[in-house]
Amino acid sequence: MANEKKTTSEEQKKEDKKNEMILFLSNSEEREAMFSKANRKLLSDPLNDDNPITVQVLGICSALAITVQLEPAVVMAIAVTAVMAFSNIIVSLLRNLIPSRIRIIVQLVVVASLVVLVDQILKAYAYDVSKQLSVFIGLIITNCIVMGRLEAFALGNGVWKSFLDGVGNAAGYGLILIIVAFFRELLGSGKLFGFEVLGHKGATLAESTGLYAFGYENNGLMLLSPMALIVVGLIIWVQRARNRKLIEEN
Amino acid sequence: MEFVNLFVRSIFIENMIFAYFLGMCSYLAVSKTVKTAVGLGAAVIFVLSITVPINYLLDNYLLKPGALEWLGAEYANVDLSFLSFIMFIAVIASMVQLVEMIVEKFAPALYGALGIFLPLIAVNCAILGGSLFMQQKDFGAITEALTYGFGSGIGWFLAIIAIAAIREKITYSNVPQPLKGLGITFIITGLMAIGFMSFMGIKI
Repeated sequence: MANEKKTTSEEQKKEDKKNEMILFLSNSEEREAMFSKANRKLLSDPLNDDNPITVQVLGICSALAITVQLEPAVVMAIAVTAVMAFSNIIVSLLRNLIPSRIRIIVQLVVVASLVVLVDQILKAYAYDVSKQLSVFIGLIITNCIVMGRLEAFALGNGVWKSFLDGVGNAAGYGLILIIVAFFRELLGSGKLFGFEVLGHKGATLAESTGLYAFGYENNGLMLLSPMALIVVGLIIWVQRARNRKLIEEN
Repeated sequence: MEFVNLFVRSIFIENMIFAYFLGMCSYLAVSKTVKTAVGLGAAVIFVLSITVPINYLLDNYLLKPGALEWLGAEYANVDLSFLSFIMFIAVIASMVQLVEMIVEKFAPALYGALGIFLPLIAVNCAILGGSLFMQQKDFGAITEALTYGFGSGIGWFLAIIAIAAIREKITYSNVPQPLKGLGITFIITGLMAIGFMSFMGIKI
């Protein structure tokens, strides 16, 4: 009789431990499927309704300065995705250990170490792009998206959800980056990823091919940094015109 | 004369907001009224002119390739520059904390005026950007770094006050519905940045 009781209590303990583990990983009462509806929403929402740049107004600093060409924009998007995914995982793992008074410094240190890693990897494998991005890789540390999502999400949610949230928001950020860079490179220099998609511009009209043969000229204004702001402004206009619930009152 | 040149350059030609878009997040979030914009702008000037010289010393006596030479000849080959991000952000975060405590103790009125903005500055891109550009520009003396930090701060201050004043007025204008708020602010900032480009090439 006593023996039996012991086993049940042991089983109970085991069960508790298992539940704790699940709680630790998913932070929900019952076990959730890895790609349940709520989790998919974490990934897809930041792409449109809750876009970090056009709706949450986070991470604009770096978004604008590096969108003259597509290649650095794509590299930047990948770098931010990596930093966000891993920093969200790490901070979410540590969320019960971090005292709230010093949490900002802890988060900064986690993010800064990841950014150093990214910077060193870029310098080793993509030196030209890393030169082009110059200080903007370092500025991922203070990119408001990273800190904002850590504060708003990873500190209060489980590891898997935080990971999805990080990837989703980084994708939303990358999407805007790539759209802006696409228009700026296409209209500004007539190229995409460095390929002359609109034809080749020769010294005279006769030597030119493609659109340039009809007298088309590149719009040099698109290469200047202020145009990035205006292009993002127009993207916001289009997005809010299609999705009227995002319109601000004043 | 060199200092005047550097000062004017950092305010107008290499303006943190209109040339590099640094600190845009708080620039857009806190520019709804001129009063709050002045508070944040003052805090940015303050923190930039403290952290840039400190990070200059750190960079020159600790992090640069060969910076550790003062410890002895055998340290001349040490290159710690890969640590600069972490060191800079640690300095900035702790300086902001320190400045907050000092201001709270000795100037409670100013502390009340700056309020929440002081801690927020730790994650303002303009502050870290100032230090990173300082590292890139390779200044010869700490006074140059100080001039650069102070000038960049003033440039940021001018930019946020200008946009706050425009936003206060534009609430009375008939802006297309989907463009209201964020969209029109982006476009105005772009136009202001084009205006600031006219300073390009000025040399004093």
